[in-house]
Amino acid sequence: MSYLATLKPIIRKSRDNKTVVVCSGILLLIAAIALIGPLVSPHHYAGTDFEHSFMLPTASDWHLFGTDDLGRDLFVRTLLGMKVTLFVAIIASVVSLGIGVAYGAIAGYVGGNVDAIMMRAVDALYALPFIFFVILLMVVFERNFLLIFVAIGAINWLDMARIVRGQTLSLKQQEFVDAARLIGVSTRGIIFRHITPNLFGVVVVYMTLTIPQAILVESFLSFLGLGVQEPQTSLGALVNGGVSNMERAPWLLLIPAIALALILLCFNFLGDGLRDAVDPKHKT
Amino acid sequence: MALLEVSELSIRYADSAKPAVSDLSFTVEPGQSLGIVGESGSGKTQTAMAVMGLLPANAMINGSIRFDGQEFLGAPPAVLNRYRACRIAMVFQDPMTALNPYVRVGDQLRRVLLEHKICDATEARERTLAMLKKVGLPDAERQYGVYPHQLSGGMRQRAMIGAALIGQPDLLVADEPTTALDVTVQAQILGLLRELRSQSNTALLLITHDLGVVAGNCDHLLMMDDGRLLEEGSTQRIFMAPSNERTAKLISTSPRIDMPAKISPLPGGVAPIMDIDEISVSFTEHGASGKGQLNAVRSLSLKLAPGETIAVVGESGSGKTSLARAVLGLIRPRSGTVSYAGKELPGLVQSRPNAIRRQLQMVFQDPATSLNPAMRVAEIVAEPISIHEPRKKKAARELEVNEMLQHVGLGIDLRDRFPHELSGGQAQRVAIARALVIRPKVLVCDEAVAALDGTIQSDILHLLQAEQADSGLSLIFITHDLSVVRRISHRVLVLYLGRVCEVATNEQLFKKPQHPYTKALLSSVPVPDPNARPHDAPIAGEASSILNPPAGCPFHPRCQHSVARCSAEIPQLDSNDGVSVACHRASELDLSY
Repeated sequence: MSYLATLKPIIRKSRDNKTVVVCSGILLLIAAIALIGPLVSPHHYAGTDFEHSFMLPTASDWHLFGTDDLGRDLFVRTLLGMKVTLFVAIIASVVSLGIGVAYGAIAGYVGGNVDAIMMRAVDALYALPFIFFVILLMVVFERNFLLIFVAIGAINWLDMARIVRGQTLSLKQQEFVDAARLIGVSTRGIIFRHITPNLFGVVVVYMTLTIPQAILVESFLSFLGLGVQEPQTSLGALVNGGVSNMERAPWLLLIPAIALALILLCFNFLGDGLRDAVDPKHKT
Repeated sequence: MALLEVSELSIRYADSAKPAVSDLSFTVEPGQSLGIVGESGSGKTQTAMAVMGLLPANAMINGSIRFDGQEFLGAPPAVLNRYRACRIAMVFQDPMTALNPYVRVGDQLRRVLLEHKICDATEARERTLAMLKKVGLPDAERQYGVYPHQLSGGMRQRAMIGAALIGQPDLLVADEPTTALDVTVQAQILGLLRELRSQSNTALLLITHDLGVVAGNCDHLLMMDDGRLLEEGSTQRIFMAPSNERTAKLISTSPRIDMPAKISPLPGGVAPIMDIDEISVSFTEHGASGKGQLNAVRSLSLKLAPGETIAVVGESGSGKTSLARAVLGLIRPRSGTVSYAGKELPGLVQSRPNAIRRQLQMVFQDPATSLNPAMRVAEIVAEPISIHEPRKKKAARELEVNEMLQHVGLGIDLRDRFPHELSGGQAQRVAIARALVIRPKVLVCDEAVAALDGTIQSDILHLLQAEQADSGLSLIFITHDLSVVRRISHRVLVLYLGRVCEVATNEQLFKKPQHPYTKALLSSVPVPDPNARPHDAPIAGEASSILNPPAGCPFHPRCQHSVARCSAEIPQLDSNDGVSVACHRASELDLSY
């Protein structure tokens, strides 16, 4: 399939790109630590210990990042936060990629009234006030981990659909699409074999924009107390907790904030690097 | 003393192993016209840019460029600016991008005078108006105040030349000044340059790929290839007795319309394979003045015999591409039908049966856009096979792809390349391979060689002719280039503003054109021979807008033979002397050479 064919040179070229290698390395490392760390550490993310609240980071007793106001180990909680944050990022981008690319490519290629109706539906969803929408979901349904993903994904794919549609409109004017029609390729074949592989560059670049966006939205929701609920946590929730104890225990704010910034920076640089690597016309 | 003295000029870019220009030396005397000729990548434009001091900062330039005794290399911009525009000026290829779209045409000229404090504001306005008249803008007062996009391509290039000449430079550098223009307009612009130079003593440095352009316009030539000088000498000497093998090849492969064509004759009495009947194509335009109907092609009929090549010739806006697209079903004709092997075809390609779809294929102008950038060469060529012969085994298909690649002159080591990793000529061969691999009966080539260099163009035409001889392929060859037409076609159809002017055999058309427009086209083509003195532009003006064509014969406003009847009545295509021609005066005019 052409998708795999387009992926191979991307991976090959990415290997020569220092930014991509370093950033994906850091992200993989973070993911690995976030998964393995809690298993190794003697502490549990929900384990309170009022004797040892607000401990400074110390190697003794394995409180590597210290403890919070309830005496819970910040190291384990930060790792959990990273896990949740990365999870949100991946789910949200997969949702927005899947729906957005298919929706945008179909609207753009078919055009005419179909395009008009499909894009007006997107406009209507755009008009929904996002925070109101989330609060509504939280009220109607139980507070639910998955609900946050659904909410973020449901908003993110709109941008993706618009961008993909715009690209498709310009791609379908190109002569290779005419050439494909002449040799007898079906409409489906044109959309999925000829047009979408050429969207790859834009999609990858846009995805690296939506991932940090999704992370920020999740952090924002958690910061407002609408996101992940205690004792579960995310980086946003941890930052929120850190802010309220900022004067007494600044590391409670600093450590999750640095972790969040690191993840966001890595995704942004990764996007820059991948954009160079996926552009078939970009000479290395 | 030489006006411009370039010695041992080398230009190199850090990211490329090969120098763009190496060790080039030449001089331009006052009043001389020097042509630099080469194909793409020969370093000719780099040289011109170096002379103007316009190379990007990452270019490493060595050697010396002295203008009137002043060294240009390494000179600060302030010094260069004293020379630019007043002593040395430039005309670029594309006047649309070279003129500032936000500045009125007159102001672009006037600024030169004011910037260099040549005269005061009122005088500058007068001088600008005088210059606009001189370069042939008919209504200078009005055109002073318009923006570049409101002018036609030819008028823009005239304005650009005006802006270059208003500072009365000693040297004019022109980089492919007519390449983006239609052939009749090209003849006008070249005529204008000759005329202006005869009035002043301006030297000309003309950069071009077209030997026809330099033959009539330069006294001295530099032939370049691959950044190096091939040979240098008087135009006469180089054309008559080239001493370099490569130069000799460039000159001998350069197509000429005054040479008889070697075309194998067609077997007579065969039923046509394709019959285009009264086809019309129109588009609805939403312009500033509301909805308008753009009639790109008006009831055109054409029969194509098996193994025949028909060239469709016309300038931009003549409707030739719309015709090609309608025949293939990429756009729906407004009326008329296309029949293939006696059967009428549905209008759009999607509704045509697959068995017929494979018989009609197309090669597009620009392989950079007609090949899917995300697919490899082998996938591109294999795709038609897997659609039309889905049961074919993978190994058999791969074998067929390899054979096809070799057939079009490509090594099978290119199989895994992406289109952007190919040269223009290689990519066009891939496009041809994709079209030929399902063995079509009719191949439509839309400007298929226009984007290619001369020698590669010649190879591709040769390939198509060989294919035709082998398999009896019929070709519809859409082009604006009459020397290509001369070389490959059996019959020629001349289009003007969507209407057929003339349909004639190759020999008839080039020897004895019957429509004044055909004659004008033929006379406009520059001949690569310094002894064939350039004709002055055979027709004035440019084609009217296709949105608003003139009443009567569409060509009458530019036709020197037009009479009252021409502006009142549309001429019908009529047989005269064995040629179909749409001209009221065809029988009385003798336009033969």
